Amino acid sequence: MTLRRLHVLVTGTSSDAHTWNLMYLQLALEEAGHEVTNLGPCVPDDLLTETCVRLRPDTLVISSVNGHGHTDAARAAAVVRHDPRHDAMPIIVGGLLGTAGNPNADHAPALRAAGVTAVLEKDDLPKLMRLLAETRAAAPAPATATATAAATAAAAATAATAAGRELEGAR
Amino acid sequence: MTAPPETGFAGAIHNTRRAGLVVVQPRMGFAEPSAMRAGLVAVRDARATTVGTITLDSYTRVGDLHSARTAVRTRTRLNGYPLCTHPDDTTRSMLSEVYRPGFPIQIRHGSARPRHIIEAMARIGLDATEGGPVSYCLPYGRTPLRSAVNEWSAACDRLAEMSTPERPAHLESFGGCMLGQMCPPSLLVAIAVLEGLFFAQHRVPSISLSYAQQTQPEQDLEALAALRRLIGELLPDLDVHVVLYTYMGVFPRTRAGSSALLDESARIAVFGGAERLIVKTVMESVRIPDVADNVAAVERAEREVRCSQQMRAAGRHPWAPSESGLYEEARTMIDTVRSLDPDLGIALHIAFRRGLLDIPYCLHPDTQGRTRSRVGPDGRLEWAHVGSLPIDGPRPAGHAVGAQELTSMLNYVADRFDSTVAVR
Repeated sequence: MTLRRLHVLVTGTSSDAHTWNLMYLQLALEEAGHEVTNLGPCVPDDLLTETCVRLRPDTLVISSVNGHGHTDAARAAAVVRHDPRHDAMPIIVGGLLGTAGNPNADHAPALRAAGVTAVLEKDDLPKLMRLLAETRAAAPAPATATATAAATAAAAATAATAAGRELEGAR
Repeated sequence: MTAPPETGFAGAIHNTRRAGLVVVQPRMGFAEPSAMRAGLVAVRDARATTVGTITLDSYTRVGDLHSARTAVRTRTRLNGYPLCTHPDDTTRSMLSEVYRPGFPIQIRHGSARPRHIIEAMARIGLDATEGGPVSYCLPYGRTPLRSAVNEWSAACDRLAEMSTPERPAHLESFGGCMLGQMCPPSLLVAIAVLEGLFFAQHRVPSISLSYAQQTQPEQDLEALAALRRLIGELLPDLDVHVVLYTYMGVFPRTRAGSSALLDESARIAVFGGAERLIVKTVMESVRIPDVADNVAAVERAEREVRCSQQMRAAGRHPWAPSESGLYEEARTMIDTVRSLDPDLGIALHIAFRRGLLDIPYCLHPDTQGRTRSRVGPDGRLEWAHVGSLPIDGPRPAGHAVGAQELTSMLNYVADRFDSTVAVR
């Protein structure tokens, strides 16, 4: 079975200037066969929501390492979730989310309440890859290479919903 | 050269240089005024020749003062001092008896649009900061370069206006640290000098140019020599000093490894002729360092500085600077940019648009993003793809660097220091 390429939107948070995490994620995700749009660092909430509407990515990956991630990513997730078109899109948050050096899991309840699907610990790329692979496996490959945009979008929505359930189960 | 200033940030550097020492400085910022004050006092009282640092929080940096205010009100932890949010009187009393002629303080922030920060400094009477239209813009966000150039022009003008002959404002270019790691030294030197020329164009009276420790000390010494030569050639009439940063990339995980890396940076500062050293702490890879971490770091660096000075006095040199044509490469890039327009702000903008300056792995929309770098087999940082830069170097057709290679290069220094100490 040919797996459909996922379109992953990678972004930093509004106050986070770090970029190596984002560059690394881009290269790693591209090598894993995904299509990546990289918004870079210090992405304001309105640019993020506008990009989600315009590109309709399959998954949103938010990476933050400046210590403000626990609040910034929660706010970003909440504004993205405000638009019901993104209900099914998994939002995955990782990096170094607090200033105190405690595990990201400590911030997970608040992030989930804001609409985040999964909170990963620092450097847990394998888990990110696993979550994306599940999203991808749940996505039926388009019947032909000329599948209409509507069919692709529908498939993506189905895949994302399935992945959302998977992630729900993983909690 | 004009007479060196006696007071302020520049004065402290001159006094230390006269004494043959290197000023050691931490990178430190706390949201609570009491914690910030305690940190400054601890650094002042450390057994080292120090200047103080107030690093601002990320919300203040990006101009999101609403979020900074909310965080202060709800006592949410911030990653630095919110200078524009605490009342000025709160900051003044935080600084009272600490901020004195013998202990100058630098405001560090990383803002591409710094005017609110410069205004707060002017109101409070703080006279030293860092930044630059390129170095505080391209690595850190999405602010258009043209806008950062305008903002920094205004910021430089304001710093010049605040200055008196007795008390010149000081501005450090962060150009020697682009993206923290993986930027070839010739480009770091070129950007630092170009920002210095930009500051001079706006009549900032006292400046420093930075360079961050990279992957190989011999190459770092060649870079520092090139930087000092270019300062002599292109900024002969200005008060300028050189500041070295301890490695700004991924830090060793072991205490012994990070201590050894810090020691090496202090040796490079001495043998490379830097007047100031900005240190990292052994906790760098674990969490945001606390006051004790910072005090330990400045004291350790000072010991290593003194030790290296004794070595130098005895004629013992740990490394011979490499001779790779680094000065010529930097000079070519600087001359190319300066030929584009008499106004350096405009010239910088054109240069990045055309790829005549292009920082490897930079994600900013106003850069070409065609250059790539790598750690060579001998440990030197080198070009993997020079893109449209006006220099000779590889221009491979295919894909140059993958994620695994990038990770191993990003971790090259950390791994080298962790494994060296493990073997001992």
